[in-house]
Amino acid sequence: MNQVLRIENLQKSFGDLDVLKGIDLTVEKGQTIVVLGASGSGKSTMLRCVNFMEVPTGGQIFLDGKLVGTDTNGRMDYAERDLTKLRAKVGMVFQHFNLFPHMTVLENVMEGPRTVLKCDKAECERRGKTYLDKVGLGWKADAYPAQLSGGQQQRVAIARALAMEPDIMLFDEATSALDPELVGEVLETMKELAEEGMTMLIVTHELGFAYTVADKVLFLSEGRILEQGTPSQVLTYPQQDGTKNFLRGHGTFRLPEPQID
Amino acid sequence: MGYEWDFGIVFRDFDLLLLGLVNTLKVTGLSLLFGVPLGLMLALARLYGSWPIRLPVGFVIEFLRTTPPIAQLFWFFFALPILIGVEIDPFRASVLTFSLQSSAFFAEVFRGGIQSIDKGQWEASKAIGMNRNATLRRIILPQAVTRMIPAFLERAIELMKTTTLVSTISYADLLYQANNIAQSTYRTIEVFSVAAAMYFTVIFACSLAVRRLEKRLARSGETLVN
Amino acid sequence: MGYQWDFSSVFANKQLLWIGLQNTLVLGSVCLVLGLFFGLFVGAARFSGKAWLYYPATVFVEIFRNTPVLVQIMWFFFAFPIISPFRIDAFTAASLGLTLNTIAFSSEIYRGGLQSISKGQWEAGKALGMSYNEQMRRVILPQVVRRMLPAFMNRAVELFKMTSLASVIAYGELMYQAKVVSTIDFNPIEMYTTVALIFFAVLFPFTILVRRFETNSSAGR
Repeated sequence: MNQVLRIENLQKSFGDLDVLKGIDLTVEKGQTIVVLGASGSGKSTMLRCVNFMEVPTGGQIFLDGKLVGTDTNGRMDYAERDLTKLRAKVGMVFQHFNLFPHMTVLENVMEGPRTVLKCDKAECERRGKTYLDKVGLGWKADAYPAQLSGGQQQRVAIARALAMEPDIMLFDEATSALDPELVGEVLETMKELAEEGMTMLIVTHELGFAYTVADKVLFLSEGRILEQGTPSQVLTYPQQDGTKNFLRGHGTFRLPEPQID
Repeated sequence: MGYEWDFGIVFRDFDLLLLGLVNTLKVTGLSLLFGVPLGLMLALARLYGSWPIRLPVGFVIEFLRTTPPIAQLFWFFFALPILIGVEIDPFRASVLTFSLQSSAFFAEVFRGGIQSIDKGQWEASKAIGMNRNATLRRIILPQAVTRMIPAFLERAIELMKTTTLVSTISYADLLYQANNIAQSTYRTIEVFSVAAAMYFTVIFACSLAVRRLEKRLARSGETLVN
Repeated sequence: MGYQWDFSSVFANKQLLWIGLQNTLVLGSVCLVLGLFFGLFVGAARFSGKAWLYYPATVFVEIFRNTPVLVQIMWFFFAFPIISPFRIDAFTAASLGLTLNTIAFSSEIYRGGLQSISKGQWEAGKALGMSYNEQMRRVILPQVVRRMLPAFMNRAVELFKMTSLASVIAYGELMYQAKVVSTIDFNPIEMYTTVALIFFAVLFPFTILVRRFETNSSAGR
């Protein structure tokens, strides 16, 4: 058993608002875990706590078996420098891509290796091209983000995260901002990653994708894990009323996206 | 109005006016040279400094922005030398005043530019492990600066107009030369009108350039935002 | 720095400074009211799209926006009297320069505001049978003015700072009084520091107010 990520009693509040009320989760190497939940359930916040885009207000996070931060009598302290180092090992893909508009596609992908890992230029370029090819956009290397479709931009964002060769990839509603016809290519890329054994934690509304790709599905409600299990357990035979209502709200169960190849 | 215009006298002394214009540009240019980097430092201090830095810097910026430049110039020319016991000539006092004064305005331009960049850019940089300095240097400032160019140039033009104040402490800028010539030739209206026309030519040309640039940036700005 | 600050001579002249401040406020207020009032017409003239209104207004605006205001004031004080049938004193020259300058700048604010109102608002007014003037007065201006308030207040702060330039032509406003006193009592440090502080105290509340308006209006958008 090889744990990449372990979360214990994770809590996060914004002022008086408790968004996460104690989450426990273990992610093993190569696992793909999909997190579902209504908006406001805390699923995005949970994801953003894993790479400390938001600093948790309680609980502990272990990456590769090592506790993040220093524990002084149950109070966690996080040094910004350590968090920066940690983020280099955790890839994240955003809903709105957030590509750097003033850089070419290749420069976007090279930016992390170059500035953070300080690898030399030739090596960075090689790495950048490798991951662009991986998402099928090697031919767009010299284009600027604005010249790409939304789906292509998101694939570049995935390549940018992969170029850091992270231990785990986080996807924060990576397809929610895309036009419906562009969702497929991004999901396909994500699916390939899963099949190659990338460890992934995915927040999404694509139930079909969750059903076919996930090893485990979590359902979050009001800052807690309400239900978890295999896709068929959670999606087809939900036990909790909250999960049932959520699935009912999504209308007819959406089938897996059609295969492209 | 039986006034007889005579521009001949003005053009006899035109080289003096040109010299004045060169001095105007000299003060403007040097003040920009010092004011822009200083403005960036002030902006960063105001945005990211801890409060013992942020508060005084904020006060200095606001103070320089809300007091009349002529009061600042007189302070640096008449008051500061007494305070530090060192003579300051009009040229140095002018460059000092306008560097500081413009840095306060540039600081606000920088701050606005930096704050206008989408939060997602910070998050994406953070997510690939970049620290704040690297993010500012490689991601935020390159984008912010492009957006700020028109505001910068407008400020530079304002600065050039404000430098006319140096004539009041006898630095030989265009206005000072005009005033001198006017008093010695009694051709006040011609001299002042020509001087005004010279200012207009330079400043209007700059304004037009800024406006064109603004339009171009606005067009390419569509592609800049993702 | 062993300099001994001594504000007693400043206090001894507080009467003069008070008169100076009053003159500053009078000059600034006169120019502000006239400038904002006539600025509307110049702005509307540039907005109208009628050539015989547009071109003269544009020439006027460009001239006053693209020359230094000190040159304008000095022109009206030293040059203009030669061709003017009226006597021009320092106050008149300063207010001419500053008012025309304010007209030019505020007209651009009005014009920007008018352009920011969608065509539909004019058409809706027209559809109700309003005349052009009625559309302007009842529909457009109330919207424009609110939107333009921060820009006007910024302009006002700039204007009050510019009134200090009248000291160059010996109009007895605050800066001038300070200059006179500091040459007699030889206390430029205390005097100019005090003047700067007075300007700051008067104008800074306005800049805070402007900022509040700006954040409010952008939040409401």
